[in-house]
Amino acid sequence: MNETKNVLIVGVGGQGVLLATELLSTVTMEAGYDVKKSEVHGMAQRGGVVSSHVRFGDNVFSPLIPDGEADVILAFEQAEAQRWIHYLKDNGTIAINKYKLVPPIASMKGFNYPEDPIAVVRKRTKNVTLIDAVQIAKDLGNPRLVNTILLGVLSTSLEISEDIWTRVIRERVPKGTEELNVKAFLAGRAYR
Amino acid sequence: MKKKMIFSGNEAVARGCYEHGLHIATAYPGTPSTEILENVSKYPEIYSEWSPNEKVAFEVAMGATFEGARTLVAMKHVGLNVAADAFMSMSFIGAPGGFLVVTADDPGMHSSQNEQDNRYYAKFAEYPCIEPSDSQEAKDFVGLGLDLSIEFDTPVMYRLTTRVCHGKSIVELGERTQYPITGFKPNPKKFVVLPSHGREMHPKVMARIARIKEWAETTPLNRIEKGSNGIGIITHGATYNFVKEVMPDASVLKLGMTYPLPINMIKDFAKSVDKLFVIEELEPFIENLLKIEGIECEGMKFWSNLGELTPEIVAAGLEKAGVFKSPYNPKEKESVIPRPPIFCPGCPHRGLYHSLRKNKAVVTTDIGCYTLGCLEPLGAGDTCVEMGASIGVGVGMAKARKSGKGIVATIGDSTFLHSGITGLLNAVNDKAGITVVIADNSITAMTGGQQHPGSGETLTGAQGYKVNLAKICQAVGADNIKVIDPYNLEQTRSTLKEAMESDELSVIITNRPCALYPAENRKLVQETPFAVDHDKCIGCHACFKVSCPAISESDQKTAKGLTKSQIDSALCTGCSVCAQVCPVNAIERIK
Ligand SMILES: Cc1ncc(C[n+]2csc(CCOP(=O)(O)OP(=O)(O)O)c2C)c(N)n1
Repeated sequence: MNETKNVLIVGVGGQGVLLATELLSTVTMEAGYDVKKSEVHGMAQRGGVVSSHVRFGDNVFSPLIPDGEADVILAFEQAEAQRWIHYLKDNGTIAINKYKLVPPIASMKGFNYPEDPIAVVRKRTKNVTLIDAVQIAKDLGNPRLVNTILLGVLSTSLEISEDIWTRVIRERVPKGTEELNVKAFLAGRAYR
Repeated sequence: MKKKMIFSGNEAVARGCYEHGLHIATAYPGTPSTEILENVSKYPEIYSEWSPNEKVAFEVAMGATFEGARTLVAMKHVGLNVAADAFMSMSFIGAPGGFLVVTADDPGMHSSQNEQDNRYYAKFAEYPCIEPSDSQEAKDFVGLGLDLSIEFDTPVMYRLTTRVCHGKSIVELGERTQYPITGFKPNPKKFVVLPSHGREMHPKVMARIARIKEWAETTPLNRIEKGSNGIGIITHGATYNFVKEVMPDASVLKLGMTYPLPINMIKDFAKSVDKLFVIEELEPFIENLLKIEGIECEGMKFWSNLGELTPEIVAAGLEKAGVFKSPYNPKEKESVIPRPPIFCPGCPHRGLYHSLRKNKAVVTTDIGCYTLGCLEPLGAGDTCVEMGASIGVGVGMAKARKSGKGIVATIGDSTFLHSGITGLLNAVNDKAGITVVIADNSITAMTGGQQHPGSGETLTGAQGYKVNLAKICQAVGADNIKVIDPYNLEQTRSTLKEAMESDELSVIITNRPCALYPAENRKLVQETPFAVDHDKCIGCHACFKVSCPAISESDQKTAKGLTKSQIDSALCTGCSVCAQVCPVNAIERIK
């Protein structure tokens, strides 16, 4: 691989976007790539917009993905998929968690949660995977698994061996939840 | 094989402190610098502390390096304004043990009130300034910077920017090298800055920076990467990565040290290319120094000193200069509902700002989470400038109006201890009849929950003193001090009202721990959540006015077609503020 791969992960503060990119960048490093990652901390805890850029390849300079250059976007929330869709390059792939998180400001005049974010996204690309990760996580018995399920979906767009993914997940998730998280990852990976 | 990790620039600086034998590190928190000390504190080999403000952090660090300790002090860019007095005079003294001053600048103002370029401070005080481009360099430059500091007996400015601080890349780990602390060697002509000594010191400073300028010509901190297209670009820091990304075949002079500049190296570099550009963040600092030297180059003609640079902006500037066709074609953006930051569920500031609005106070506010109280629908906050300003601004307004009635200065506990006490002392002495509210949540919340002298715990988790804020206020001469619970709206409103109507100076301390930090609080403040009784709710939306993330519109409507509210019980901490504003008692604690 001599081209740099660009992955953008987006969501809302508190959803675990930063942990997901942490896992992804470790996986790419373990797979032997150079990797750079960029995000801005600060007010992320407080329900704000969170976006995190991961770029990997033989030799990566910029940690920022230019507008319109993302190969893959993973959106933890529907409106966030719409907000960041302009980052996707032509024929890029986006995976979207079906979840909606309506911000409190939607109760004020003049602010509305978007009508149908998925439809807007589909107008821009045909490569859309929709997944109800919240439901799958519930079925697996722990709502906190959303994160790993979504990484599983993302993994199908990247050519990195499953072994590396599961090894890094085992190392990084809280003790006692390793097998459950691997199961969640594989459920996401098998999702079509 | 050496162990590799993916580190943020801040984690890498902390690792550099460990590996390069640092002894002492001090700081006052401030985005994007905060994680440096948070990570240094994990190494017991290094003494680390949160000081009450940047000036004190700087002073403690000076003392340490006077003893011959390898020392670092960290702050955000505006923190250096607070420490500037010490910063300037420290240049005269030097740095016997090695001394790095980390300034974390915030181009684009991701979380700051301005975007000053602190390289000007380096030139102002004649400090050499070093700037890493990624995490590996962020670690290595700690060692190189300390070597530079010790070799020339000079303090060194270590400039980071948000993208370097919070960007992550691969770092190779090494072992710690131990160094002895050499001990204080009394020498009044060196350590006592008096006019007579200062007159001897100043020429030495100028000679020192001249020698460093020579050294700059050969240091590995600066390097040339030869290209093939005739274009020469001088760059630094995070911007270097964008330049390499956008124009890999340009010749690049990467400056790891941006002050003083290696003028001969640059002159030779200029001769080796057809066209020379300077691409830098933020101000034309390098560019202007080169133009003074008569070196032909362009920078601000094609780029700007506003905001941070990106690969797209670097490419667009080169295109504007007529030497490049930008490969990027930005796509149209969707306009989507914003998610502005608001107070967390259970935040103790909510009741205070709701009451200030109700009481129609003129609010001179300050810097912290509580600044968010100025946003609608709470909308209480008329001025905010810099840390500690609230009380002085309130006094000034009162003097101009010849009355302090109705003026309320609000200040967080960390900010009060940082630089509010002197303001209060002055308000007492001036007999300014304003109201001062200290929003005491026992922590520095805005920057992610760092301890301060009122927290009762230190950076490393040791027991702290836990200063009593009411006693401080008493000691500086305030007589009228009330400590109240901001969850109790009736009490908050009436105490404020009384104070606002009085001609005397009043101090109100709203006392409730932060709902988010420390993490144990999240359980501590958790009480049984509330729910909206849809049989009673009249859809008046009074509860929306408290601006709580747990409250939203439900799908239920009243007979008049107004939407009823609902409360997310997973988010609700049970603080009860919304229940107190409901005119029909429709919000009740879940039984
Ligand atoms: C000179 C300076 N140093 C540091 C900061 C970063 N900063 C922003 S708010 C804040 C303090 C907030 O603490 P506090 O006053 O207790 O209010 P809280 O956020 O806890 O409500 C700090 C350190 C700054 N803006 N300016």
